[in-house]
Amino acid sequence: MNWLRKNLVVIIGLLVMAYILIPNLVVVVFSFNKPTGHFNYEWNQFSLDAWLDPCAAPGMCDSLGLSLWIGVVAAAVATVMGTMAAFALGRYRFPGRSSTNLLVFMPMATPEVVMGASLLTLFVSVGLESGTTTILIAHILFTVSFVITTVKARVASLDPALEQAAADLYATPAQAFWKVTFPLVAPGIAAGALLAFALSFDDYIVTNFNAGASTVTFPMFVWGASQRGIPVQIYVIGTVMFVGAVAIVGIAQAIGSRKRKVDA
Amino acid sequence: MALVVPGVRPVKRRAVRRWGTFTPLILLAPAMLWLTVFFVVPTFSLASQSLQTGDIDNGFVLTWHFQTYAEALGRYWPQFLRSLIYAGSATVITLLVGYPLAWFIAHRSGRFKTMLLVLVIAPFFTNFLIRTLAWQIILTDTGPVTGFFRATGLIHVLQWLGLVTSDALLYSPFAVISGLAYNFLPFMVLPLYTSLERLDLRYLDAAGDLYANGWNTFWKVIWPLSLPGVVSGTLLTFIPAAGDYINSKLLGNTQTVMIGQVIDAQFLRVLDYPTAAALSFILMATIIVMVGLYVRAAGTEELV
Repeated sequence: MNWLRKNLVVIIGLLVMAYILIPNLVVVVFSFNKPTGHFNYEWNQFSLDAWLDPCAAPGMCDSLGLSLWIGVVAAAVATVMGTMAAFALGRYRFPGRSSTNLLVFMPMATPEVVMGASLLTLFVSVGLESGTTTILIAHILFTVSFVITTVKARVASLDPALEQAAADLYATPAQAFWKVTFPLVAPGIAAGALLAFALSFDDYIVTNFNAGASTVTFPMFVWGASQRGIPVQIYVIGTVMFVGAVAIVGIAQAIGSRKRKVDA
Repeated sequence: MALVVPGVRPVKRRAVRRWGTFTPLILLAPAMLWLTVFFVVPTFSLASQSLQTGDIDNGFVLTWHFQTYAEALGRYWPQFLRSLIYAGSATVITLLVGYPLAWFIAHRSGRFKTMLLVLVIAPFFTNFLIRTLAWQIILTDTGPVTGFFRATGLIHVLQWLGLVTSDALLYSPFAVISGLAYNFLPFMVLPLYTSLERLDLRYLDAAGDLYANGWNTFWKVIWPLSLPGVVSGTLLTFIPAAGDYINSKLLGNTQTVMIGQVIDAQFLRVLDYPTAAALSFILMATIIVMVGLYVRAAGTEELV
């Protein structure tokens, strides 16, 4: 009984972890299914077909390529702009700072459907044709606030004494920044960039408003498939993305902890 | 714009003088320009759209037609109310299940901490839609989950609560709410984790030394200290959930339509832009008012 009380939080934690991971496991398992009809809802038979020919579903790999490209470009632009803004907000006091913070917060507090709709009205009124450009504009918009928030937390937690120490050791401001400040903030920037990519790659609602008729991102492809019939290949991509993300972060962590050990 | 930099600490004053007074302005310019042109301006163009009359073929004219708001609300208040209830329930569920998980990761997971954090975020990379499709598989009529609910009689409890209408779990309010809770759980867990991880565990010993029991330690010490995480977690969950329509469309039925679905249809299929814009504005205003009241009640000012 005492043991149970002591470890209750661990047990609940593990159960919630299962709640988070079971749908992903379902995706992995069903990527090996051979469905009977158009929809991949019920387990039928083990098969490697989808894995051996991942691009068999027409249009899927094109949409995947487009989404990856949009994700990388949007994340890159949002990370540069967001990091600059985060430094300004994290270490300077200036008039209008709190309204700037509000402006950063507002896009995160706006439901996607509202953001997508308002962007559409803007693009329609200025006559900008929907397509990759409008998707990129929208994705940079809703990811930049997340980058600013993530990096700002890191900048604010920096000890100003470190830059002072660098200056005492005759570092120029540029040297102090690139050799001391930047490496310390870098994990926050990396986290912000990763978050921006994930949010962009995952987005359906805003994208659907601003994509136009002929531009199909991966989430839009999945949506279309969910109405017509779901190719097993979608689950293959889901599995690869999940395992890939875990592997990339895992490797980055392993390198990071080894480096720390070497440094120490 | 004059920039005043109060020199609280000498080090800051020195650093700032080297950087120049206009530095923050220059650093902020690109992001703020982007946010202004593509967020503030569209918000006004949406406001203008909501007060226009006309149709898609003959064009829309700004006629300050405020009646659109009354008509839209009169017609779609059930979907509206439903969105707030579903999003609210999903937020409460994520808080209840996310809190123990965040505590477990922050203080009890040892060397698995990073791994667990990665696994909380990793589902983001499996597409939102694919994960929701996985819920269809999990809740399917012939699946083990539905079987379990039927065998234990829990299905009758759900029926009594009005969360399912038949003996099926899929395509019901229950499915929509559990899908919402599932999809937005990471947005709850991460801020909670950040708050709880900073919490000094010696406070718990101190509370114990002062004869606080477990419940008092939680309610009087841990909970207040974790409030910033609770506030940002609930906001990051509730706001997107209130506007979401993917879960209600893939996991629900015609009786679970949420307001996001209505706005989407009005904009992209019915092409009644003024009504869609008015509904968007009502949704946004409701959320802003609720967030304002909530943040004031919680007493945390620094949101981001």
